[in-house]
Amino acid sequence: MYGRIEETFTMLKLNQLAAAVALTVAAGVANAGEAEVLHYWTSGGEAKSVAELKKMLEAKGHKWKDFAVAGGAGDNAATVLKSRAISGNPPAAAQVKGPAIQEWANEGMLANMDATAKAEKWDELLPKVVADVMKSKGSYVAAPVNVHRVNWMWANPDVLKKAGVAGMPKSWDEFFAAADKIKASGAIAVAHGGQNWQDFTTFESVVLGVGGAKFYTDALVKLDPAALNSATMTKSLETFRKIKGYTDPASPGRDWNLTTAMVMNGKAGFQFMGDWAKGEFLAAGKAPGKDFLCAAAPGTANAYTFNVDSFIMFKLKDAGAQKAQSDLAASIMSTGFQEVFNLNKGSIPVRLGMKMDKFDECGKASAKDFVDTAKTGGLVPSVAHGMAIKPAAEGAIKDMVSQFWNDDKVTVADAQKKLIAAAATK
Amino acid sequence: MSRTLESMLPKLVVAPGFILGFAFIYGFMIWNGVLSVSASRMLPNYEFVGLAQFERLFEMERWWVALKNLGIFALLYVGGACVIGVLLAIFLDQKIRAEGALRTIYLYPMALSFVVTGTAWKWMLNPSLGLEKLMHDWGWTSFHFDWLVNTDMAIYCVVIAGIWQSAGFAMALFLAGLRGIDDSIIKAAQVDGASLPRIYWRIILPSLRPVFFSTILVLSHLAIKSFDLVMALTNGGPGYSTDVPATFMYAMSFTRGQVGLGAASATVMLMTVAALVVPYLYSELRSKPHDR
Repeated sequence: MYGRIEETFTMLKLNQLAAAVALTVAAGVANAGEAEVLHYWTSGGEAKSVAELKKMLEAKGHKWKDFAVAGGAGDNAATVLKSRAISGNPPAAAQVKGPAIQEWANEGMLANMDATAKAEKWDELLPKVVADVMKSKGSYVAAPVNVHRVNWMWANPDVLKKAGVAGMPKSWDEFFAAADKIKASGAIAVAHGGQNWQDFTTFESVVLGVGGAKFYTDALVKLDPAALNSATMTKSLETFRKIKGYTDPASPGRDWNLTTAMVMNGKAGFQFMGDWAKGEFLAAGKAPGKDFLCAAAPGTANAYTFNVDSFIMFKLKDAGAQKAQSDLAASIMSTGFQEVFNLNKGSIPVRLGMKMDKFDECGKASAKDFVDTAKTGGLVPSVAHGMAIKPAAEGAIKDMVSQFWNDDKVTVADAQKKLIAAAATK
Repeated sequence: MSRTLESMLPKLVVAPGFILGFAFIYGFMIWNGVLSVSASRMLPNYEFVGLAQFERLFEMERWWVALKNLGIFALLYVGGACVIGVLLAIFLDQKIRAEGALRTIYLYPMALSFVVTGTAWKWMLNPSLGLEKLMHDWGWTSFHFDWLVNTDMAIYCVVIAGIWQSAGFAMALFLAGLRGIDDSIIKAAQVDGASLPRIYWRIILPSLRPVFFSTILVLSHLAIKSFDLVMALTNGGPGYSTDVPATFMYAMSFTRGQVGLGAASATVMLMTVAALVVPYLYSELRSKPHDR
């Protein structure tokens, strides 16, 4: 967190950014057979996973040049990447996800990875919705790494038991009944961290639960004004606001992992968060099913909001580096890497049809739902995690939802009007 | 030969710094200006769109919130730091004991970066960690202080932390100003029978005018640039209720892929600073020949 602030502060002025550009111009060009990889996986488990990828690439005779930029869900990495790209010296691969992939492709900077994809049969191995995110104008320009499910609800079984709640609530009505009981028992019903992406993580689970996958897609992915203006959206906003009544007053600004700790320590009953929260539970030595429970957010059992990390591949001139790049892409999608990486990270493999023996219950459930929803159409991209819409509109909608959550003076009707306006941001 | 070298040397020594300063300050200011009238999105491009980015900027509710916050923050922060600074300086000027130690204590916050100040105050003002919890633990259970998490009041938390940081600095400036006032004027006033408050109000404070001017100038440009304090204390939240132009600019340029819009907001900030600084510099530079 502090590192992030320091770094963001150094990026305060455009002229300072440009100074960084000038420096990187002088930084030299990659050697033959070398793949420079920009990523922001620097925490314990993640760093281990990246080391695995490095080993695989070196086994194929290439050199791995690590370019790790810590902090802030990739914001810092994205800033550094821009300065490198503007200076005409991009890395071979960079960790970028969602529609940002297409934005980079539209700048004409990404390499066509169709040859690798065809040789490795990516079209058969990836669900179509996921493959579409990796493509620009029908060609692969990025390699997917993992799948996080976002519409999870985590719970502390002891807190539920003490409050007399039997099992995880399946609908929002059940949820509020359970939350009332927890509140009465003296615990905080919902642990929430008030940052705009956390607000939106909860919001999109509510929209998905209230309106279903079709409505979610129309309203939040296609940003259809009719869907945004519908009674279903009104109900979603009302439900979302109602949840706030079950959170504690100190939530604004709280980090997600501290929020997860509240559930872990029995201070709070539920948390809405993606499956990286599981990594937090496991790291504290908690066992799934016993010390903590996982279930789809109320009403979203048949749907799945995905958050897929991926690497975009830049156009390179050097033939050796191109070979290293395509080998890197193939390695990322290989069964070996997919298993090791995702066991460390708490997510599940993006490749369909993998053996899930080594994964825990929540992981197995996630993988099963991933496959099922891919068939039924319940598999939808997460807006909160930059998978669905362009950053400008996403930012505007997140701002608006977060303001609605925090400021009780904003009425539901006002919020709905503002939501439609925010969705029109180009 | 040596004569020419002697006359050239100072220019040669100053030249690199001058060129670098010119390119990296004014050059990038101009580049920012160019970007603010371009259609730049994720990466800079140079398609001219006139003032469209500015129109979009002033249609955004979040920008107006940021401007309003800047107004509140700048006014209260500069005013508060000046008032407290003057009072501290006057009290310290009463020939008290241990003045050196007290002065150091009041100046100490200046030694911290705004990030540290912001983080410390974040903990103190957080209702479940800081002041409110302390009061509850001590038995005053009706005590209620939730400004930090209240969308209407959070900006005042930023003001409090900012004043805490800067009041000592203002005090140091005023103290230096007080020491510079000629004792004989005060003595003359005393002989004339003026009371102490009257002496301060009519003689000492007016003669501190130049000090007020430079203090306000220094503090107001700090206020306009304020970024780290807000990032550390509230991160712009709850929602975007404590957003200021600098955090707005950062969010738009670097995380939202709207470089043009961010450049437009940076231009507005530059104009604001210029509006404050240019008249001041002008008056200073013009008055020099008369004074000296």
